[in-house]
Amino acid sequence: MSALAPVLEALTILIAEDSAADRLLLSTIIRRQGHRVLTAGNGVEAVEIFAHERPQLVLMDALMPVMDGFEAARQIKQLAGEALVPIIFLTSLRESEALAQCLDAGGDDFLPKPYNPLILAAKINAMDRLRRLQATVLQQRDLIARHHEHLLHEQRAAKAVFDKVAHSGCINAAPNIRYLQSPYALFNGDLLLAAYTPSGDMHVLLGDFTGHGLPAAIGAMPLAEVFYGMTAKGYGLTQTLREMNAKLKRILPVDMFCCATLLCLSAQRRAVEVWNGGMPEGYVHEVATGRRTPLISRHLPLGVLSAEAFDDSTEVWPMALGDRVFLLSDGVLDTADANDQLFGAARLQQVFAANREPDRLFEDIEQALAAFRGQARDDVSMVEITLLSAPPLRVAEPMYADSGQSSPLDWSVSFEFRAQTLKNYNPLPYLLQLLLEVHGLREQGGALYSVMAELYSNALEHGVLGLDSALKRDAQGFAQYYRQRNERLAQLNSGYVRVHVQVAPTDQGGTMTLRVEDSGSGFDVDKELARPVDVDRLSGRGLSLVRQLSSAVSWSDGGRSVCVEFCWEALA
Amino acid sequence: MSVESEVSLDGKKLTIAIKGRFDFGSHQAFRDAYERFYKVPETYIVDLKETTYMDSSALGMLLLLRDHAGGEDAEVRVLNSNSDVRKILAISNFDKLFDIS
Repeated sequence: MSALAPVLEALTILIAEDSAADRLLLSTIIRRQGHRVLTAGNGVEAVEIFAHERPQLVLMDALMPVMDGFEAARQIKQLAGEALVPIIFLTSLRESEALAQCLDAGGDDFLPKPYNPLILAAKINAMDRLRRLQATVLQQRDLIARHHEHLLHEQRAAKAVFDKVAHSGCINAAPNIRYLQSPYALFNGDLLLAAYTPSGDMHVLLGDFTGHGLPAAIGAMPLAEVFYGMTAKGYGLTQTLREMNAKLKRILPVDMFCCATLLCLSAQRRAVEVWNGGMPEGYVHEVATGRRTPLISRHLPLGVLSAEAFDDSTEVWPMALGDRVFLLSDGVLDTADANDQLFGAARLQQVFAANREPDRLFEDIEQALAAFRGQARDDVSMVEITLLSAPPLRVAEPMYADSGQSSPLDWSVSFEFRAQTLKNYNPLPYLLQLLLEVHGLREQGGALYSVMAELYSNALEHGVLGLDSALKRDAQGFAQYYRQRNERLAQLNSGYVRVHVQVAPTDQGGTMTLRVEDSGSGFDVDKELARPVDVDRLSGRGLSLVRQLSSAVSWSDGGRSVCVEFCWEALA
Repeated sequence: MSVESEVSLDGKKLTIAIKGRFDFGSHQAFRDAYERFYKVPETYIVDLKETTYMDSSALGMLLLLRDHAGGEDAEVRVLNSNSDVRKILAISNFDKLFDIS
């Protein structure tokens, strides 16, 4: 024993040998090495014993009666399946062709007769090492497969939950949105959300979290909740952005953030408001002229800056009905070819220029990416929104079965919002919530919000800030208008907007009177109302909308005070 | 990819140079580059002269370094970025947080 290589672990070894003398000799050597021995006198016996006893290693004579060693080796290897059962051929054959035949039949090694106990022991040990290695590899492969299966299961579950949250908006229902996202884009960190505001504007968010997989999906959940919650309540982009940024800053680790473009498309105002933090340039496509205005990233991504340092300033661009906004994720531009060259913005511009049918833009881009790379990346997100005339204001579903017994029906309230507040606070969501306490107004929530929003922005922009809506007659003036708005608002240190609400019961139900006053210089009401309602005019849109949606509108105090009325009938 | 770091003789300046791709694969090496120094330097330099590519997780690592170096008060300079890398930094507007040249 001392002269032999040490045995790692006792094995069960099958000896298939037709010569009884050789069988005895080999059995003795191997037993002495500490292994358990099984014996067979021909190939058929060897296969049978293997099937029942599953020895870990086989010593196989090549030439035997009934069934030779080659055939027996083939059958044993088949029975063994994926596990490695080393077969060492015992042979007095000398021709290389015969030796090669041993290996071809599935043999792992051969041992020439007469037997050398030292070589035999070493070969058994070497084969045992291989056998263990194979067993470990198989075990780890199965483990990985199980983990992978588990992971896929978790991702499917997470995606199902996420889809409920993320797709609760209008992304799949709105007729004017087209998008393309890989099915598991969520786990690439890409996020696409869309929802209507109470007045029928559409908010859209295309986001891209750093990192992939579950962490990105986890960050996306609160973002979607804030987006939908605040959009539905009538908050504007800036408040929604501030809330999203603060929330992500609070919950995400330092090295995680979310690049995002947020849009507010308004058919009423024929405009799109944009905030881009860290996303590639999207475009506003003017269909009439073919011009594409880039929506450049002006900000750090969401979740990087503290609330105090966060910059919520947006840009506003005019849009005609039928114009489109196109957004994309960096997966499009960063698609690399075989030489690590990136697709890039210049090639995207070429696709735009070559595009003849606007409805086939996505297909054109996909084709260009495929031609560039040969296969698409799995984190490509694109979305295109067309400005359509405003959808009908939705009738809010009754929130309570209660027919209004607990509804406040006789009250009034007045607010005065002064310069410091006007600068950075939007009182509309709060006022809307307050008015919706009156059950009779709930059905008209959308119209109510639209009218309030129009009157408030008229009071602020034309009244307090003294901006001239005539500026908005063309695209250039439009941009100038919003630049002036931001400048004057930033410098504002006096002025006010007052809002008076009066709710009173009537025989049939009730009436709500809303009066909005401003500190501006007023305007010539008769002249303004005499202007023709021009459907494609960028400016002066508000008043006709207000008159259309409320029961009565009247101005006083030289245009500085406007009063509207909403009536309702008692609920059955 | 490789990350090398070097402290100036007076111990006031730590320079971290990234060669090749600056992406998630460099995460541990990049953190080690500034966390293993006991003494806190006044200035951090991230040298991207030999950086060929940078992704959003690299931007995250720069934020980690900034946080480590004192957040708002940190002095982190990003040097020698090539045009591709500079594009990435520009889209993210990281020049508002870092001194980039």
